[in-house]
Amino acid sequence: MTWTIFDTWIAITGSLVAMSCALLGNFLMLRRMSMMGDAISHTVLPGLVAAFLLTGSRDVLPMFIGAILIGLLTAFLVQAISRYGSLDEGSVMGVVFTTLFALGLLLIVQAADKVDLDPSCVLYGAIELTPIDVRTILGHDIPIAALTNGIMLLVNAIIVVLFYKEFKLTAFDATFARSLGVNSGLMHYLLMSLVAATCVAAFESVGSILVIAMLIVPPACAFLLTRRLSAMIAVSLIVGIASAWGGHAAAVWVPLQLGLDSTSTAGGMATVAGLIFLTVFLLSPRNGLLAQVAGRLLLSLRFARIDLLGQFYRALERGGMELGLERSQLRSMAEAGFWRDPALFVMRLRGEVQTAAGRWRLTPHGELCARRHIRTHRLWESYLAEKAGMAPEKVHPSASRLGYFTQGAIEAELERKAGHSQRDPHDREIPE
Amino acid sequence: MSESPLPLRVTDLTVAYQRRPVLWDIDLEIPGGTLTAVIGPNGAGKSTLIKAVLELIPRTSGRVEFFGQPLASARHRVAYVPQRESVDWDFPVTALDVVTMGLYRQVGWFRRVGARQRATATEALAKVGMDSYAHRQISQLSGGQQQRVFLARALAQDAELYLMDEPFAGVDVKTEQAIVAILKELREAGRTVIVVHHDLHTVRSYFDRVALLNMRIIAAGPVGEVFNDENLQRTYGGRLTLLSDAVEAMASRR
Repeated sequence: MTWTIFDTWIAITGSLVAMSCALLGNFLMLRRMSMMGDAISHTVLPGLVAAFLLTGSRDVLPMFIGAILIGLLTAFLVQAISRYGSLDEGSVMGVVFTTLFALGLLLIVQAADKVDLDPSCVLYGAIELTPIDVRTILGHDIPIAALTNGIMLLVNAIIVVLFYKEFKLTAFDATFARSLGVNSGLMHYLLMSLVAATCVAAFESVGSILVIAMLIVPPACAFLLTRRLSAMIAVSLIVGIASAWGGHAAAVWVPLQLGLDSTSTAGGMATVAGLIFLTVFLLSPRNGLLAQVAGRLLLSLRFARIDLLGQFYRALERGGMELGLERSQLRSMAEAGFWRDPALFVMRLRGEVQTAAGRWRLTPHGELCARRHIRTHRLWESYLAEKAGMAPEKVHPSASRLGYFTQGAIEAELERKAGHSQRDPHDREIPE
Repeated sequence: MSESPLPLRVTDLTVAYQRRPVLWDIDLEIPGGTLTAVIGPNGAGKSTLIKAVLELIPRTSGRVEFFGQPLASARHRVAYVPQRESVDWDFPVTALDVVTMGLYRQVGWFRRVGARQRATATEALAKVGMDSYAHRQISQLSGGQQQRVFLARALAQDAELYLMDEPFAGVDVKTEQAIVAILKELREAGRTVIVVHHDLHTVRSYFDRVALLNMRIIAAGPVGEVFNDENLQRTYGGRLTLLSDAVEAMASRR
């Protein structure tokens, strides 16, 4: 089987849903209210059923009004109960949305013969079927789901652009916003209304699980990758689109290539979004796990190298270095222990040490580096003993630790403050 | 000719959290062109006073006038510096973005921040010595630098009355000196500044007026007149025991 126009439409519809959710999700996340998206995406169910029972129709307008009203009710209840009940918002959200959602289920089952709303459809959606239901516009057959979600995205985009400053300000500093006369509460409820409306638009096609995923995951990825709100929004939209196309491909196209049955596109989208997050979490240059681990490894290596340079230099001072040192003579210090061999390897690459017949010695370049580190170390010892009033027998560990980080401006300042010293507190010469 | 109205006049202000009064019948008058420190022990209601005055928390009773007018008509003449801990400094904005927020009223609804506002904001950052950090994300700034960004945001507002909540809390010496210099410049320019302050040692050198607060205004006036041992004893030495007990009783009978 090949990729058909149906698949393209499904991916487009998914992208539209993902973008309209991700756009709002950025602000939910920055307000630390991501789980509010979870709550509202569930509570719209009773709103939809109530709207249906009251009007007897499945027209778009009553559905949206019902959802928005119940979305506002959810936001209001959460705020009011957590304020007056001294409960944290997370717990209150849990109470409010499960209760309202359960009420919705009761209503659906009660009115089962009248309502054609399927609870499982609300949860999982049926995006695979969306291309069947089309409307012809300007001679093109466009799936209604794509149309609905496209309009929803447009509405969200227009409102976010119009109130961009206010959304940004109230998310960052609501108290200050109020001191400027910006109504933080109004912005909060506007955002909640948009979330509720977006849930309804997205429901039929992708279901609430995917709505929650798209509200939270793309903004979370973008937060790890960017430093500006505008960039965060842009990245979250791209992650949303990538999840939609990647998700549909993963759910339908890939399994068929492998001779398996196709699976749920909504599930594929949420899974791909999760995988994108995992990748970002591991690889992000700034906060990524790998970057952190790599940074720590490089630091350990640097510490070990400086320790070894110091040991070579001290051996040189004591004399008897003519033949070089054996590996075992290079004391495994606390920091250098595991890192001794990797550090020696790096030092050889940098041309600081050379090895012959199993013995290691400093090169002239290495001696220069070692001299410089020892100078820094002993200047610190003098400084700590003279200026900071530490006992001379206690300065060594502190000076070592400070020495690891002494470069550039701090090194110059140290020279200025202690550079006159000729001998350290242990009466050893401070090399020039 | 009548005197120009006071920048801030508070009459009979009472604030209660869930029926527990935190501020009790506050009367306070702040004359123009002065630096006032609001001091008092923890829980005395210093921040609450600032917030209640600015209608950021509901007040139980009382009247507050800015330049003889209610807040709604005097908002553009008043600037607020919240506590630094009140916001999330991981937020994806730059120092310049934060300062520009002080100008959102001036920009107006539905409009985007323009070159003119950015220039004003950069100028305000320069005044606090932070112009070279304008494009840093705020999480990369030190605590003192963050506090100076908050101050710059208020300066950008070009207000006549500044209310600052603990601007000296947890800042380095350099920042403290920079803030003091700015406070004095503001006073020279005829502006009025009210600062929630916690360091009694610096009250005399930084401020010319002081309000001693512990649920009530114990004393308020020029530092030379009211900043004395007797008033400090009344402010810090033991709470107003009978009043606190009564308050506890009110709170527990719900």
